[in-house]
Amino acid sequence: MSVTLNVNGVDRQIDATPDTPILWAIRDHLEMTGTKFGCGMAQCGACTVHLNGQPIRSCVTPIMAAVGQKITTIEGVQSNVAKVVQAAWDTVQVPQCGYCQSGQIMSAIALLERNPKPTDADIDAAMSGNICRCATYVRIRSAIKSAAEQL
Amino acid sequence: MRKLVQPQGLPSPFKPTSKAGKSHPHESATRQVQGQARYIDDMPEPQGLLYGAVGISTITHGLITSMDLSAVRSFPGVVDVVTLDDVPGHTDIGAVFEGDPLLADGKVLFQGQPLFAVAATSIDAARKATQLAKVEYESLDACLSVKQARAENKTVRPVHVNLNGDPDTVLASAKNTLKGHASVGGQEHMYLEGQISLAIPEEDDRISVFASSQHPSEVQKLVAEVLDIPLNKVIVDMRRMGGGFGGKESQAAQWSCIAALLASRTGKAVKMRVPRMQDMQATGKRHPFENFYHVAFDDTGLIQAADIDVSGNCGYSPDLSDGIVDRAMFHADNAYFMGDVRVTGHRWMTNTVSHTAFRGFGGPQGMVAAEAMLDGIARKLGEDPLIIRKRNLYQDKARNVTPYGMEVEHNLIGDLIARLEESSHYWKRREEIKAYNAKSQILKKGLALTPLKFGISFTAQHLNQAGALLHIYTDGSLQISHGGTEMGQGLHTKIAQICANEFGIPVEHVEVTSTRTDKVPNTSPTAASSGTDLNGKAAQNACLSIKQRLAEFAAELTGGKAEDVVFDNQQVISGDQSWPFAEFIQKAYFARISLSSTGFYKTPKIYYDRATGTGRPFFYFAYGASVSEVTVDTLTGEYCVNQVDILHDVGNSINPALDKGQIEGGFIQGMGWLTTEELKWDAKGKLISNNPATYKIPAIGDTPPVFNVDLYPRANDEDSIYHSKAVGEPPLMLAISVWCAIKDALSSIGDYKVDPKLDTPATPEKVLMAAMALQQELGA
Repeated sequence: MSVTLNVNGVDRQIDATPDTPILWAIRDHLEMTGTKFGCGMAQCGACTVHLNGQPIRSCVTPIMAAVGQKITTIEGVQSNVAKVVQAAWDTVQVPQCGYCQSGQIMSAIALLERNPKPTDADIDAAMSGNICRCATYVRIRSAIKSAAEQL
Repeated sequence: MRKLVQPQGLPSPFKPTSKAGKSHPHESATRQVQGQARYIDDMPEPQGLLYGAVGISTITHGLITSMDLSAVRSFPGVVDVVTLDDVPGHTDIGAVFEGDPLLADGKVLFQGQPLFAVAATSIDAARKATQLAKVEYESLDACLSVKQARAENKTVRPVHVNLNGDPDTVLASAKNTLKGHASVGGQEHMYLEGQISLAIPEEDDRISVFASSQHPSEVQKLVAEVLDIPLNKVIVDMRRMGGGFGGKESQAAQWSCIAALLASRTGKAVKMRVPRMQDMQATGKRHPFENFYHVAFDDTGLIQAADIDVSGNCGYSPDLSDGIVDRAMFHADNAYFMGDVRVTGHRWMTNTVSHTAFRGFGGPQGMVAAEAMLDGIARKLGEDPLIIRKRNLYQDKARNVTPYGMEVEHNLIGDLIARLEESSHYWKRREEIKAYNAKSQILKKGLALTPLKFGISFTAQHLNQAGALLHIYTDGSLQISHGGTEMGQGLHTKIAQICANEFGIPVEHVEVTSTRTDKVPNTSPTAASSGTDLNGKAAQNACLSIKQRLAEFAAELTGGKAEDVVFDNQQVISGDQSWPFAEFIQKAYFARISLSSTGFYKTPKIYYDRATGTGRPFFYFAYGASVSEVTVDTLTGEYCVNQVDILHDVGNSINPALDKGQIEGGFIQGMGWLTTEELKWDAKGKLISNNPATYKIPAIGDTPPVFNVDLYPRANDEDSIYHSKAVGEPPLMLAISVWCAIKDALSSIGDYKVDPKLDTPATPEKVLMAAMALQQELGA
């Protein structure tokens, strides 16, 4: 069946069952591959996107839960916060293999959008659902702090 | 005449100053933060692509009495179903030794073993179809532990021994001896990008394979063997992995071979993406080990003799276990001279998945035995473990030969520890912690400094070679291919820096291609931390070949000498004359000078004689040390790491930011291995820690709040690339200080006179049980 999803500000028609996870709608149907599949059970955070600005795990969220709402993916982040976060990630040289990083960045943007001056505890709480096997955590912390200083 | 591009040089977004020795950003960093870096599952899909899936065994050991796949075949969307009988060529894909059938060969050897494979028009159809197989088994007794394998004498490879002197006599007559045991857990790789491969059939029987693999050449060979075609008809391409950590060294090949088999039969491209739970069930992990030691020492704690027995749980097949147990043996001494010593390495067979390479390749498991021993001696003598550790370090002249007969040269560990001792304020903190523990009933702090000495080179001599292919184009841009693969460690960035440095051009003018078997043949896996050492030298050699030609040409133009020609700051300079690099390349092109070259490198000095168990398996050692401080709650077993201080030796760092990233990440990954990451199999041999909800790797909150990492400032004394040192694996073992610090905190319960028994991973549950055992022992 046809479902209309608003992705990165554009209404898109997708022919998929309502229980299709958002992840596969954006990767397979819309061919936007910046959002990654990691585990399929909301345990790793590689698939993090924003639903109305809130970070969600797109691998377990069905598209029917997103109808009439706004999905934002790594390809569509444009706010000042997003730009500052991406630049900080680059400056601090966070990524190693890079696979989890679009999810990390989506969570970091959502954190700084609602809390521009997070404490270490705030950072740990907001980012604990995004695992990184290369363990770039030291730099994730410092990139978020460096972004916060510029906001 | 052919018109060339204007020789203006290339647009450079950065200052043209970044070369070797500078923290140049990872070549993919910008793409990675924008979601633009492409992994295999992100590639545009070929038309008519089919999706692969495998059906796996539901028993642990037994015979397959019947396998009815008719419902699988007739499921809508299914195009092809294969079993081992459908393989036209070799059916065994063992990396070094036979023993790994592509799909089950009438027998089930572990639970989760792939039995058959399906290609279908959707991933959903492929996976659903695999559930419809009717498989009947005759179950056999399963061997599920090292203890059982030892009792039943089941091995995948023969035992190997390193013997130096006569430990038995010394141990029999020594005044102080100690016996101990440490169970060391395995580790799931949990690369965030799971195993994946895309096979595309080409003309006739030719095939292209995109594989997330640390070893494209092995994938090429195995695909060719499985399909019964020559190697020159297979091209394997590898751009980047979403993590490897050893888990895509041998374990990636199976999925490529299955995809290639299905592709060659159907004539369609086939993508094989393994779901997470199946990936965790069907692919090998770090070997669990059982380590035993018997050590003799004098009253000052100086080791006189040791008999160390390391027993690897290899799983059902040899895979890479021979080399892995060897490396465990070669690191059972860590940084310590042990006098008369025997190290015995067993390779036990069990009915679990075949355990495989994982960052450190057995070295970490062996090293735990050494550190357990040193802690044991210290507690027995009532000394601070750091005193005993320092007393036993390898020395410069005497006391400098390893159990395998290699002389420890250019040893810097003593000075490195001394510096870290001071910068981390070890002794001041030791006093503070003693005072804290004396007052604190429930919470106990622990502190430990552990050293690291890690041998660099593949222990299989022939793997210590590498190739590169360099082209310079007429706009002055360089394209370099080499045998190494990029899995996040920044290898391609370092290679680009090396080429840029050789020609005096900006790093941005160097493009490193994906790793392709048709560019550089017969490559070694990107493993053993050797990616930059081997491929960096090969790339440099390719640069030197072309530089020599260009220098001769420049000298010819000016009447100068080729050896005086300089490549710097985007200029080629000969005597008083200089040309912009791109302009000079065009001049060379018109003068018909070859602007393409291969490069080759083989590591010198190394050899190992298996018959005598002696040799020089390593070109050099990488050193490091770390201090960890923890707080343990003795009522719950929970703990946190408060502070970590690391001083690590990477020689002349080619890229300090990348090297420090490897140290930070390696340490935390090692900490996960030793603390929270617990592999669990049920009584019947089924892996139950088979997803990220039941298997916990470190998250951001586990990262120590104070985490100081410094590089030890000394060039590699051996002639490695720019006198740098390998950094991929060694830092993982720095995390042993966390385990020792937890034991130190527990030991405070008994006034530091009792060595707590604490196997790894030291989960809160195990820490609690160790605390309770200690309290009971002291109360009794």
